[in-house]
This record gives sequence, structure tokens and C-alpha cells, in this order.
Amino acid sequence: MIRGIVRFLDERTGSAPFLRKTLRYLFPDHWSFLLGEVALYAFVVLVATGIYLTLFYEDSTATVIYHGGYAPLQGHEMTHAYRSVLDLSTNVKAGLLIRQTHHWAANVFVAAIVLHMLRIFFTGAYRKPRELTYWIGLTMLIVSLLEGYLGYSLADDLLSGMGLAIGYSVAMSIPFIGGNLASLIWDGPFPGSHAFFPRMYIVHVLVIPLLLATLLTVHLVLVALKHHTQFRGERESERKLVGVPTFPGQAPRSLGLLAATAAVLFLLGGLVQINPIWLWGPFHTYSATNGAQPDWYLGWLIGALRIVPGFDLTIGSYTLVPNPFWGGALLPLAFFGFLYLWPFIERSFLTHDYGYHNLLDRPRDAPWRTAIGMAVLTEVFLVFLAGSADRVDVFFGLPYVPQVWAYRVLVFVGPVIAALLGYGACVELQRGERVDRERKRAERLARGEA
Amino acid sequence: MRRLVLIAVLALVAVPLGRAGVTQGKQLYGEYCVACHGANGMGANGGETGFGPGRSERVQERLGPPLRGVGALAADFYLRTGYMPLRESGKQPRRSRLLLSEPQIDALVAYVASLGQGPKVPTPRPERGSLSDGQRLFTDHCAGCHQVVAEGGYLSGGVAPPLEEATSTQIAEAIRIGPYIMPRFSTRDLSPQEVNSIVRYVQWAKHPDDRGGWAIGHLGPVPEGLVTWFLAATTLVAVCILLGKRLRHE
Amino acid sequence: MSRAKALLVSAATLVFARRRRPTLKPGERERIVVPEAPAGYDAELVAIWLFLASAACAIGFVVVYALDRLPAHTQLLGLALGLSLAFLAAGLVVMAKRLVPNEELEEDYPEQEHTAEQERIAQVVEESGLTRRRLLLGALGAAGGSLGLALLAPAASLGPAIHMARFYLTPWRRGTRLVDEQNRPLRADEIEEKNFYTAFAEGADKERLPSSLVVVRLRRDQLDLPPGNAGFDADGIVAYSKICTHAGCAIALYRAPLFEPTDPKPALVCPCHYSTFDPSSGGTVTFGPAGRKLTMLPLEIDPKGFLRARGNFDEPVGPSWWGVRLKGPTT
Repeated sequence: MIRGIVRFLDERTGSAPFLRKTLRYLFPDHWSFLLGEVALYAFVVLVATGIYLTLFYEDSTATVIYHGGYAPLQGHEMTHAYRSVLDLSTNVKAGLLIRQTHHWAANVFVAAIVLHMLRIFFTGAYRKPRELTYWIGLTMLIVSLLEGYLGYSLADDLLSGMGLAIGYSVAMSIPFIGGNLASLIWDGPFPGSHAFFPRMYIVHVLVIPLLLATLLTVHLVLVALKHHTQFRGERESERKLVGVPTFPGQAPRSLGLLAATAAVLFLLGGLVQINPIWLWGPFHTYSATNGAQPDWYLGWLIGALRIVPGFDLTIGSYTLVPNPFWGGALLPLAFFGFLYLWPFIERSFLTHDYGYHNLLDRPRDAPWRTAIGMAVLTEVFLVFLAGSADRVDVFFGLPYVPQVWAYRVLVFVGPVIAALLGYGACVELQRGERVDRERKRAERLARGEA
Repeated sequence: MRRLVLIAVLALVAVPLGRAGVTQGKQLYGEYCVACHGANGMGANGGETGFGPGRSERVQERLGPPLRGVGALAADFYLRTGYMPLRESGKQPRRSRLLLSEPQIDALVAYVASLGQGPKVPTPRPERGSLSDGQRLFTDHCAGCHQVVAEGGYLSGGVAPPLEEATSTQIAEAIRIGPYIMPRFSTRDLSPQEVNSIVRYVQWAKHPDDRGGWAIGHLGPVPEGLVTWFLAATTLVAVCILLGKRLRHE
Repeated sequence: MSRAKALLVSAATLVFARRRRPTLKPGERERIVVPEAPAGYDAELVAIWLFLASAACAIGFVVVYALDRLPAHTQLLGLALGLSLAFLAAGLVVMAKRLVPNEELEEDYPEQEHTAEQERIAQVVEESGLTRRRLLLGALGAAGGSLGLALLAPAASLGPAIHMARFYLTPWRRGTRLVDEQNRPLRADEIEEKNFYTAFAEGADKERLPSSLVVVRLRRDQLDLPPGNAGFDADGIVAYSKICTHAGCAIALYRAPLFEPTDPKPALVCPCHYSTFDPSSGGTVTFGPAGRKLTMLPLEIDPKGFLRARGNFDEPVGPSWWGVRLKGPTT
């Protein structure tokens, strides 16, 4: 039967050699190479559940009075958008399961990309000839952040509406062009015209998914063309790739990972509540709730926005840099800009290594990279924590204002300390290995002589 | 007719009983309250006071608002939540362990009520309130500090506590008092029926509609992020490790 | 019971077991590409059971879906589907670790570069002669570039990008009445101390940022308005835009001290990043990241006792942008 199918295909597409190469493509055998796949499978779940959601969502900001089954909002005025999500969550069988799975998948998707990126960074996988793959991956990360933000803002609930206002203020805060840019996106001042939600919707369900799919394809093709990197080992070298072939070795692994990822996401989607928009209520520009936060992958921005001291940079009556710019725009710009430039920075200033690399470094083998990576991570993490200072005050009684001051100092001091610790750890580990090697060599010599 | 006689008898009995409560209350007042609230509830506006029951063991400033005219409503609220006696003057009163027993609190409330004409302990009827009105009123007037499902919040200068332990009476009382830095809503601002609706909503918010599963604190994205990393990411990394172990080590 | 189990297993084996390789033709050498898989009959059994469990859960999902009167419906649906996938995953993991042949193969990495082909390509382009016709190519480039930019121009229709007049527009003018959320006009004597009120411009769209106000009453001795806001109060009642000048959230917190000697001063606070504004001094920022004071609306009380605006806001409403200090709000 197999021969029949293969013959059918090859006679019509000439793809037998390609198929054979694909079936026997070698995958390196380390668990950290599977992290990118987790992201991929989360994306698959996102698209599948997302398509289902589009069949129910209404992207209209025209208002309606609610007369449905959810008592606390009976008689309340809300947009069609909010009402459609409310109905999906309360009135459509399996609607809430699909919606929650979709949202959990978005959170896990970004987390998986971050983990994958950490592996890429700390092992030097972005070096020549894989810079393009790295940049495409970075672009996908940035696009996913935007995609998630747009996605949860479509529900038009109180929490995400406040988040949209903040996004608007960050756009406005870009020097010179911010006001014009925000006006363009929103079609006028916030909350924008009736065109704004349809714009968000079409970007979220068509433009970005197509973009992500394209980037993903190019990303995977690039990986396959140059083949995976691998860790150093007995048989592995810059010229020889050792691994497990797609079929029959890797296939059940990958399929198993797909099933496991989907399992985790659907279990979360059914068992752990996420974004209960019926509790938050519909958004109004004149309403707010305490404790509003963005989804986790934007939490660093709220921390930054909170700890920047209060000032607009003005020249006369021109407002050059409104306050939200520093935390909301400059920080992510600097962070991602640094990551894009990192391959250049590393080889031009630190290693002067312009060579071709198929083998990966262990973090300890590249102390500078590890130190700087740890510094950047610490910075982002500290800014994240700063965003939770108010809940820490509510739960643990640690006063808010001193926390803010502490974070203002820590974001400068913390990364330096992390870099020093990282560098020191790498050097120590290397030294330990060198001592070990010397000792083994001495033992071998001693035994040889004997 | 018989009913009138019954009421008259009860009133005649209640008055001297009440009087006994006021006397005991005055005694307790002298022990716990007079240092900051002054004799006869006149208030205190300076000077120093030393140790006392319920107070932290250091010398503190004598600062406390007058209690004339605050009525049983205020005394009942502050004493039954444990806001008072306050450990340190100047700090925000928080719900704490009650130092006084029920009868003692009753006595103190009676005494404070006797200091001038003040509002009685309210009797809210949440069952008469509307949940939907309550949601709207709570969002408009309270959610900014207390969070939309009453999980509490921060604002510069203090903390708005979560309302899980608040009884219906305490909610109605706090609305009328505006303790510490909370706004004060008079009967004109929020009618008794509106208070009924708010109380009904707050009681509902203690166990809100969690049809989506484990509510993880009703706080939104922060606990969701923790679940993403500590439940989902750890599980999936574990699966990766299980799948991807180097063949040589098996 | 064990007989039924044996029957089930043997039936499944009969249907799904690997067939024998086809017999070789004379002269054909058997070339083994994939090595023999490990025996693992126990592992096969485990995998089979796991896949059957997965199927059972999937059927359970459909059953639960149909029975929508069940309590905790979403949880049961998630459990059924999730477990089905989890069993499937487990079965595949067992296959991956115990049932497929353990191959670890070597192969060469592809060539780093193909210098000969690169040279070929360069030669083809050079010999085509196009690289000599600079002017032609330059003009072609200009055409393409201009066309690209021209195609971008309609993006400017997305919104008023050049003329920012709408950003200064407010619904307030002298005499505009203040109403509450139910469109009932606000009376000055309804505004009590130690409380905050949300108000709107009568007849305006409440969702527009400049429409909403937060109104509080302070005592005369508490007020300390700067010259720019002199007389903006009406009998101690002051009105500010409800929209925070930092990031546009609604200022839904009012700090109303009960006992002034010990409690913090009255303040309007925003719940997003805790920008704190002093209502007694015209909305100055006392804490937090806001870079601009809170926009204030002058008030007056009309002969019937209703609150009206005495003019427009002192500054444009909402988060800052390049031109926010360039001119005042318009009606």
C-alpha cells in the first residue's frame, strides 16, 4: 500500500528524492531542541481554536442593552463585541472551553518562544550561517506580542479596554509623530471611530496570522537548508551531524509533543479560568478597576511605566517626549534592538569570531555572552517584578513607595551584579573542568607507565 | 391592644438594661479609647500617650477624631472589624483579631451611641437589592480602589482591603462612614435600596461565577502568567526532557 | 475477563500487526535501510491501551458535549478532551522510546558555500549588460521606489494624521450643564464633601475622553488654586477631567481623609500607574509618573442650582503628545 501511494505521488510530482531526504533528515538529540516545536504546536492550537472563535465574534462597537442569561450584567449597556464574547462564554456549548484554550495557548506560545530564544542565545546558535533564522525568530516574537495584545483587546472588557488606552498613550508618546500615528491607527482620538475594532480584528485574524505563517515557513526552511546545530560530542563535529532521522525515530516524538502540548492547553482551557470577562464588565472610558494588568508578556511594560519618575520632556510649548515613551516604547525598542544587533556586537567587539559555526557552545564556554545575557534577563525580570509592587503591598504589607524607589535603583544595579555573577560562574566552571582534565590526563599517564 | 402592652413592657425593661450597657461601655471606653478619643468623645489633638491595651508598646501621639454624634453605626463598624483599638496612631486601621468579647463590644457601642445623636446600626437587605444594579454601582463607586470583584487594591496613601470577610452590616456601615481614606456616601449619594444592591453584589463577589474553572484569585493576568510559567511551561519542558534524552544515556 | 482481554488484543494484533516483507526476486539483494526495532511486546500493549483510552476519552468528550445540563460543563469538556490528547501523547511517547528502532546516524553538513555557482551567478548578471546601463537602471529604480511610496499614500486616510484639530475638541462651552450617567442634571447642593462624583457634558457622547469629569467638593480653607485656575471652583466644588494625563485610564479613586491630622490629604488617584493629583491646587501631580497636571474645568452654579461649566478646560484632555501644550482646548 505504501509503495502505491509513493508511486502515485512521485509519478505526478517527482518528489520521491525530496520525500526521502525529508524522511531521513537528522534531528539532534537533545531536549532543548524541542522547545521551538512546543511553540509551533501552540501556534497550531491557536489557529485551530481561533478559527472557531471567529465564527462567533462580532467586531462592532455599536452598543446594545444586555438581556441575556448572565444576571449581574442584566440591563447593562455594552458593545456588540463584548456581548458576543459574553454570549460565547455563557451561552455556547464548548464556547468557553475553546475561548480559554485559545487564550492559554497564546500565553504558552509566547513563553515557549522565550524559552526557545534563551536556548538559541545562550548556546550561540544565532552565529553565522544562521543569523537570518535568528532575526526571523525575533521578528516572530515581536509580532506575537502584538498579536496577543490585539487578541485579548477584542473582547472590549474593562481590563483590556484600560490596556488599549495605555497602548494609545504609548503611541502618542513617540516624539514628533506620536500624535499623528495614534490618530491614524485609531481614526482620531481615543477610543477611536467605529472603524477601529474592525481594524484590530482583521489584523488579528488575517494580517498577522498570514505574516506569522510566512515567517514560520521561512524560518523552518532556513533551519532545514543548513541543518540544525548540535552540541559537541564524541562523533559530532563542525562537519559531521549526528542525529535521529525524521522517520521512524523523530516522528512519534514530534507527534507526541504535539499531542502533549495540545493536551496541556485543553486541560488548562477547561480547568483553569482565564480572562473571565463577565466578571470585569464592559469597558467604558470613564470606568476603571484597581489591579488591572496586561497579559504576562507585556507585564514588563507596566512595571516600567510605573517606576519612571513623572515628567514630560518639553522644549517651550513643544512636548518632545511625553512620559509613557520611556517605559512603554524606549525600553522594548532598546531590548529588541539589542537582540537584533547582538550577532554583530558579539563578533565585532567581543569574540572577533567571523567563522562558520555548526557546533553550539555551552553557556560556560562563552562567559561574555552568558554574562551579558544574564544582565539583560535580570533587567527585564526586575522591571516585571516592579509591576507587581502594588499587589505585594496589598498581600504582604510591604509599602509601595519604598518598593518603587528600590526598583529604580535595582534596574541599574541588578544587571551589573548579574553579569558579574554570570561571568564568574562561567570562569569557575571552566577552571573546574580544566583541573578535571589535567587530573585525568595525569592518571592516564601514571597508569600507562605502570 | 395586647401588642401595645407588650411593646411598652419591653421598652420599660430595655431602658434600664441599656443603661447598664452604657455604664459598662464607659468603663471600657476609659480603658481602651480615652487616650486617643478624649474624655466624653471630645477627640484628642496632640500630646503623648503611653502603653495601653491593644496599643503597640511605645509612646505615641494622642490623635483621634471626636466621637460625638458618630452613633452606634460607626462604633459597631470599627469594633466588630477589629479596626479599633488601633495599635499605632496614624497607621491605617486594618481588620484584626478582636480584643473585646461580644458583650463588651455591645456595651461600648451603646456608650458611643449615647454621646450625642448619631446613626443607628444599619440593617441592609441584600435580598431586596438587584445584583445587576450592584455590579454597576460597585464598578462606578468602589472598583477603583477595591477591584471589580472586591479583591482589594492599592492607592497612594493606603490599601483598600479585600472584602471577603465583610458582613452585610459592615459593608453598609463602611459606605456611610468612609473609614480612613475611603469616600463617604450619604443616604443622598447612595439610597438604602442602592446600598442593598451593593451589599448583594459584594456578597456575590465572594463566590462569583467561576464557570471557567479554578479562579486563581480573580486577579486576572498576574496569576494567569504564574500558571503559564509554573504549570504549563514546566510540564512541557518536562515532556521535552522525557522525549529528548540523549539516546546514548538510555 | 482475561479471556475477553486476550481476545481483544489478538483481534487488534491480527488487524494491525506488521506484514511480512515481500519475498525477494532472484538476484535481488536485500538492503536493510532501517534496523530492526526492539521486540517490546509489553511496550506495544501499553501503547495499545493508551491509544484505546484516548479514544474512550474522545468519545466521552462528545457525550459530555451533548449533555449540556451537566454542572461544571466546561471543566468536564476540558478534562475529556485534554485527557484524550494526554493519553495519545503518552502512547506516542511509549512508541518513541520503546518501539521505534534506535537510530543515531551521521551525515555531513551541507556545504558552507558554493563558490563556483556564486561566480556563475555574478558572471551571468555582469554579462547581461544591464549593469552597464546605469541611467536606465537608475530611472527604473526611481519608478519602482516612487510607485512603492505612492501606494503607501492612501494609508493616510486611516485617520486624521495631519490635522490634529480633533484632539483639542471638547464638548464643553460656557453654560454646558453637568449630568450624571443617567443624564440627570447635577445640583450643586447634591455634591457632598469626602465623596467623588462622575459627571458628563449634557448631550455629549460619554465615551469621548473630554466628556467625563470627576467632581469633588472641598472646603474653602482647603482650596489653594494657582492663578491660572483662579475662580475655577463653584462654592468649593471643583471639576477635573476623569482621564489621566499619563496613559488615559479613568481616575476612579478618590482619597478622602476621615481624620485630617493623621490621614493623607485629599487626592485623585489613577489605578493604572498610581499618578496622584491634588484637587485643591488645580490638579498638580503629587506622586506617580504623570508628566502633566490634571485638566481642570471651571464651574459655576446657575440660578436654579444646577452645575454648569464656566468655559472650556484649561488644557487638552488625556495623555500627552507633541502638541498638547501648543494650544488650548476648543469647543
